[in-house]
Amino acid sequence: MIALLLAQTIAITGGTVYPVSGPKMANATILIRDGTIAAVGTGLAIPADAARIDAAGKWITPGLIDGGGQMGLVEIDAVRGTREGTLTSDTVAASFNVAEGINPASVLIPVTRIEGITTALAAPGGHLISGQAVLIDLDGATVEEMRVKSPVAIVARLNADVKDEAGGSRAGIAQRLRRVFTDALEYGRRKADYSRAQMQRLAAPAPDLEALLPVLRGELPLIAVANRKSDIETALRIAREYRLKLILAGAAEGWQVARAIAAAGVPVLVQPMDNIPTYDALGIRYENAALLAKAGVKVVLMETDTHNARNLRQQAGNAVSYGMTWDEALRAVTLSPAEVFGVGDRYGSLEPGKIANVVVWSGDPFEFTTAVEHVWIRGKEIPLRSRQTELLERYRSLPPKY
Amino acid sequence: MRTRVYLLLALSAGCATAGARERSKPTPAQPGQAAAASDSTSVSRVQYPSTYRRRPNPPVLIRGATIMTATGQEIQNASILLRDGRIVAVGEQVDTPADAVVVEGGGRYVTPGLIDTHSHLGVYAAPGTDAESDGNELTSPVTAEVWAEHSFWPQDPQIPLAIAGGITTIQALPGSGNLIGGRSAVLKLIPGRTVQEMKFPEARHGLKMACGENPKRAYGRRGQAPSTRMGNMAGYRGAFIQAESYRRRWDNWRKEHKGDAPERNLRLETLAEVLRGNIFVQNHCYRADEMAQMLDLAREFGFRIRSFHHAVEAYKVADLLAQDGAASSVWADWWGFKQEAMDGIHENAALLEQAGARAVIHSDSPSGIQRLNQEAAKAMYYGQRAGIPVTRDQALRWITANPAWVVGLDSIVGTLEAGKMADVVVWSTDLFSVYAKAVQVYNDGWLVYDRNDPARQPRTDFELGQVPRPGSDR
Repeated sequence: MIALLLAQTIAITGGTVYPVSGPKMANATILIRDGTIAAVGTGLAIPADAARIDAAGKWITPGLIDGGGQMGLVEIDAVRGTREGTLTSDTVAASFNVAEGINPASVLIPVTRIEGITTALAAPGGHLISGQAVLIDLDGATVEEMRVKSPVAIVARLNADVKDEAGGSRAGIAQRLRRVFTDALEYGRRKADYSRAQMQRLAAPAPDLEALLPVLRGELPLIAVANRKSDIETALRIAREYRLKLILAGAAEGWQVARAIAAAGVPVLVQPMDNIPTYDALGIRYENAALLAKAGVKVVLMETDTHNARNLRQQAGNAVSYGMTWDEALRAVTLSPAEVFGVGDRYGSLEPGKIANVVVWSGDPFEFTTAVEHVWIRGKEIPLRSRQTELLERYRSLPPKY
Repeated sequence: MRTRVYLLLALSAGCATAGARERSKPTPAQPGQAAAASDSTSVSRVQYPSTYRRRPNPPVLIRGATIMTATGQEIQNASILLRDGRIVAVGEQVDTPADAVVVEGGGRYVTPGLIDTHSHLGVYAAPGTDAESDGNELTSPVTAEVWAEHSFWPQDPQIPLAIAGGITTIQALPGSGNLIGGRSAVLKLIPGRTVQEMKFPEARHGLKMACGENPKRAYGRRGQAPSTRMGNMAGYRGAFIQAESYRRRWDNWRKEHKGDAPERNLRLETLAEVLRGNIFVQNHCYRADEMAQMLDLAREFGFRIRSFHHAVEAYKVADLLAQDGAASSVWADWWGFKQEAMDGIHENAALLEQAGARAVIHSDSPSGIQRLNQEAAKAMYYGQRAGIPVTRDQALRWITANPAWVVGLDSIVGTLEAGKMADVVVWSTDLFSVYAKAVQVYNDGWLVYDRNDPARQPRTDFELGQVPRPGSDR
């Protein structure tokens, strides 16, 4: 009741609205109430008590969602005490959920959200099976307040950098993954035997096998980091064998197997500005995102540099430069990640009933000329301040203002 | 397979005979003084000279474009004429020579070739194996004796990617693990078999120095000096004290020729050249207070710091930097990857510009070097949005004229002016747009890259047969 009494309606009027779920609307209004979108359209009646935001000439989109990175899990990359995203010990860390490592007070959060990124993945790193990724909104005093979904997926790696955890061969990675999955299924069938210690030694501790059961039931997605074409094919093969709900991440050579990925209905998380060849992906190229999209793959764009998650906008702009349509690129940083992470019913578009993560831009969100003018997260307007803006104000003229 | 790039000359056969620029004059180890030394010693001989030669090319007229000169002008519907590796004329009225290849510029933008003051191309080559990790000689905190060009691998597949981003000149530097990491090389970014073919004629060496976390971490964990920032300072001072006396011994011997010449010491030879002002100091340094220490160090030994690099806190001491004349080569937005990078802000370059200091946008990245225009755009627009007056011309100078000054070549490249070297980029649209791409890149008048012509998209040996070439962009 109290919430209702305090509830205020916000009316964003006069702007061009990009709902993503449908065509853009000129001179449209968005009504926000109780943290959700109440209405979107032209000619809406605006309640008398509504706080009005004049957005004439502005562009309005859903808050952007970064499908990569470790938001809240790293403060300073080079300072170990501030990194929470990787377990140093377990090579099969399926039960490691990063949520309690997330720091709601991280200075990266304001830096990121004032650039129009309102939601981000906090993904574990390293190892054959890294752990459980969590999706968070970039506002809130506690992890509970920030959490959008936990877990979103379990992350596995089919990359050269984890070969040493599988005997030094890519084939070893595949073999170990299969052993872990098979043992998890066996464990799931024979928990009673396990508790009576009547099972052979399993490929991972029981809590990790337990954590994999939703993945093996096809309920929780497996994010497989794979870049080489053959590694992507291995991931697709294993997903078929175990009937997994697969999401590919990285997928640098994905464009070479785009049709197979599309046929398998597997979405892909791509960082469009990556194009430096390595022996993991000699075929890496700027057009990857566009070629995957063209083949019918659901593409999510990501910026994996957590400190510069704000450059998701630039990633999207460059994806457009190299062949994605602008509409595809906008969807790939809003509705597509929401759908892929299982929250498409609540996030990613401007529709009545959806969570009110909304950004007002001075123009094309992907262009450098464009400023962020307003950000709402769950209907709360975010002040456009960060530690970085405070440094600017201190040193705007010298001597500094102490 | 790619047609050999040289064949593009067939375009205008009559011009294929245009003379190559005179082979560059060899640079002695100690310019202006070598002649005094005995011809029988190594020091008097030419040291690893440039063998760069300009490719003969027909004249090129680009017309109907928006030309940004980096000298304060942005001219609509303008033309630029390139001949024999030089810019002949820029403006609204430029006559079309009968033998010129005409490029229609409709809607396109033309700028000077971009220059990156901070690159590790060739010394940290792709595909990033230990076999090619040649940038940090981490065996002693002072390795002024090593030269980046002796590590540089011309078949680094990152080179063509950077060319496609409109880069025409780079400074390839040793890494920052050492207090004094060695000599940099200033290179024309063109395909070549040897680094000598790429060395920019007349360019001088830089000296890579590094402040802060990297050297003290690299050596401190081995229980070796330096392990602290004060240890860093002691390390530089010790090295330059030795260099002072080395320089004196050589300078005296050159004057008097008494007895045997002093024994050469490569480490001290480099540092003595810094003291003589012949090698420019390129100083990796993040924090404002450390930059102030380094300016004092330079004053103690009587040299200048040409540019601080990374300099994420340069905005805090923009007045000191302006006063000293030191440039700052900075990123638009890198921050937070280590503690000394926590205070990086978007407005760094704009605040430097406002204070009258010389700002440069650099990459330090094989990825970022491909989008130096986008990085400059971010730095400019964030500055403007914060109410700091920055012009488009100033932002263009951050990636052209100012870096040219940092490597000492501002009289030769970095602007579009008659008489300057024909290093020119044609952009698909305004280069400060996220959607802009380099369409053509001319290096010394040579069309080294054309986005619309697969035959003019150079590939390294490394790429042949193992890096797929599915489209026109690779």
